Amino acid sequence: MRAAAAPSVTTRPLIGGPTLTRAALVLGGGTLLLGVVVVVAVAMGSVGVGLGDTAAILGRRLLGLPLTESWAPSAETIIFELRLPRVLTAMLVGGGLALAGTVFQALLRNPLADPYVIGTAAGASLGAVLGIVAPLLLPGLAIGAASAWLGLGIVQLLAFVGGLGTVLLVYAVARGTGGTPVVTLLLVGYAISSILAAGIALLMFASGRALGAIFGWLMGSLTGASWVDLAFAAPLLALSFIFLLARWRRLNVLLLGDAQASHLGVEVEREKLGLTMLATLATSAAVAISGTIGFVGLVVPHLLRLVIGPDHRLLLPASLLFGAALLVVADLGARLAGGIPVGIITALIGAPFFIWLLRRSRAIRPVPSP
Amino acid sequence: MSVVVRAESLATVEDVWFAYPLPDNGRREVLRGLNLHLLRGELVALVGTNGSGKTTLLRLLAGVLRPDTGIIRFDGRALGDWRRLDLARRVTVLPQQLDLPVGFRVAELVEMGRAPHAQRLFGATQADERAVARALADADALDLAHRYGDELSGGERQRVLVAMALAQEPTLLLMDEPTLHLDLAHQVAVLATIRRLRAQRGLTVLAVLHDLNLAAAFAPRIVVLDDGGVGADGPPDEVLTPALVERVFGVTVDEARLEDGSRHLALRL
Repeated sequence: MRAAAAPSVTTRPLIGGPTLTRAALVLGGGTLLLGVVVVVAVAMGSVGVGLGDTAAILGRRLLGLPLTESWAPSAETIIFELRLPRVLTAMLVGGGLALAGTVFQALLRNPLADPYVIGTAAGASLGAVLGIVAPLLLPGLAIGAASAWLGLGIVQLLAFVGGLGTVLLVYAVARGTGGTPVVTLLLVGYAISSILAAGIALLMFASGRALGAIFGWLMGSLTGASWVDLAFAAPLLALSFIFLLARWRRLNVLLLGDAQASHLGVEVEREKLGLTMLATLATSAAVAISGTIGFVGLVVPHLLRLVIGPDHRLLLPASLLFGAALLVVADLGARLAGGIPVGIITALIGAPFFIWLLRRSRAIRPVPSP
Repeated sequence: MSVVVRAESLATVEDVWFAYPLPDNGRREVLRGLNLHLLRGELVALVGTNGSGKTTLLRLLAGVLRPDTGIIRFDGRALGDWRRLDLARRVTVLPQQLDLPVGFRVAELVEMGRAPHAQRLFGATQADERAVARALADADALDLAHRYGDELSGGERQRVLVAMALAQEPTLLLMDEPTLHLDLAHQVAVLATIRRLRAQRGLTVLAVLHDLNLAAAFAPRIVVLDDGGVGADGPPDEVLTPALVERVFGVTVDEARLEDGSRHLALRL
């Protein structure tokens, strides 16, 4: 038996993760796909700009290429001030949600985990709804606070603080004497989310004419994307991306369970807190500028696990790239469908594809159960 | 009982008390002043009743639990002074129960054993590759390298767990019932492998075993945990007497002498 296995062992490296070809294929393919969908999404819209012109405008403004202007100045304004920030926001939010979802599914060893699962969504939503309703109740105060933050809306700010703060609260409540069991974390997250949801419902009930705005935010939308929002969220997202990508090995080891991870040298409690906070940072920053877009953070990690396997060395960067591409495409669909919330599109195109993939896969291999 | 710390001691447990906190603020005392020393290169079987603290002792030795009072030293240094990572490079636990995560191939799982030695951010060093290949070969798991970890039979799984532990290149290997759920042939195979590796790699091995006869055949030194401490400690012939089995386990056994003079304990139902 061992003699028969020997050739395959010598021709195929035993370890070192995915082969270079495979990694290049997945990550190169993802980068290429993302580049193409970004250019297409920037070019398409109610005012059409040719793909060539779009690429030329982007090339001139972003890369400083010496290209002659063969397009109308209005095209450049539309692309640069309206579409590009929106597409970049979609890219960052999609990538951030998918990456955070991958981390939470591994960390909580729960296939139903998504970036919002331990309270981020409820906290951010309450913050945002407060931000929307407060100006109606206390106009002077809110306007003063909003203008103080470099033009960043009070809605975005409160959403960010609400998301991050809620997870800190959940963690503090769940923390017992001997660490933080996954189930406790999930249940406390659910309980605190329920309390916050009651607050959201109360505010919505009392909101009157702001109900439409609240509803739009809760569904998740990239309509208000701007360079200012991006300048706030992009550094936070980039920071969490770098630190999360570097932690692939510890995430893999944590899949073996807390005890074994500890035997393998991981400071389990510290590591879980660090990973939770990094993923929550990405989620809160994403939610602050887009509302609670569902589905991307739940399904992209599963899709990729089914196709490329559960090794976080490849899974983390891949979820970043493909999550970004998915949301750019979904937002394009939302724009072309007359500006409906993008969350509707992510569910409509994502779910059937996911079901198809589940049915054709050899075996359903979601996240390991605890 | 006092312990003389000898120069060749690898790990010593000195007057260790340990209790688990209970939900009602009570405490369940498991170890009460336990003393034990493990010599470098020794092969020791740990036996005792359910709840006698065998697994607790392993977890204390691995540094995952901390004693309430008393001190545990590894390589002469108190465990509390070791960094988690440095200890993981020297002490390995082969757990009683480990759910292998789905979707990983055996080689990838065994590579996880290299985690405490990791030097490259994304790749593996040649030392990693050599250690994994050697661990797979030594644990008789080379033919499983490209199979999925969650598709293995019980015996294959156990070989993979042994390979994961070996990839960690430990000095001290702690095994919690390595023969659990295995049929007789696989029990013998795993224990024979461990014995061979102890000799080849100079490992020090402490293994929790349930079957007393198996423990006697496996290890030249048997430690019996009883009443929160060491109830008996020595060669199987001296330790595993019908009187001790009756006292510790509350079970009456007959003893039979085999042709080579070794003792065999026969259960009386």
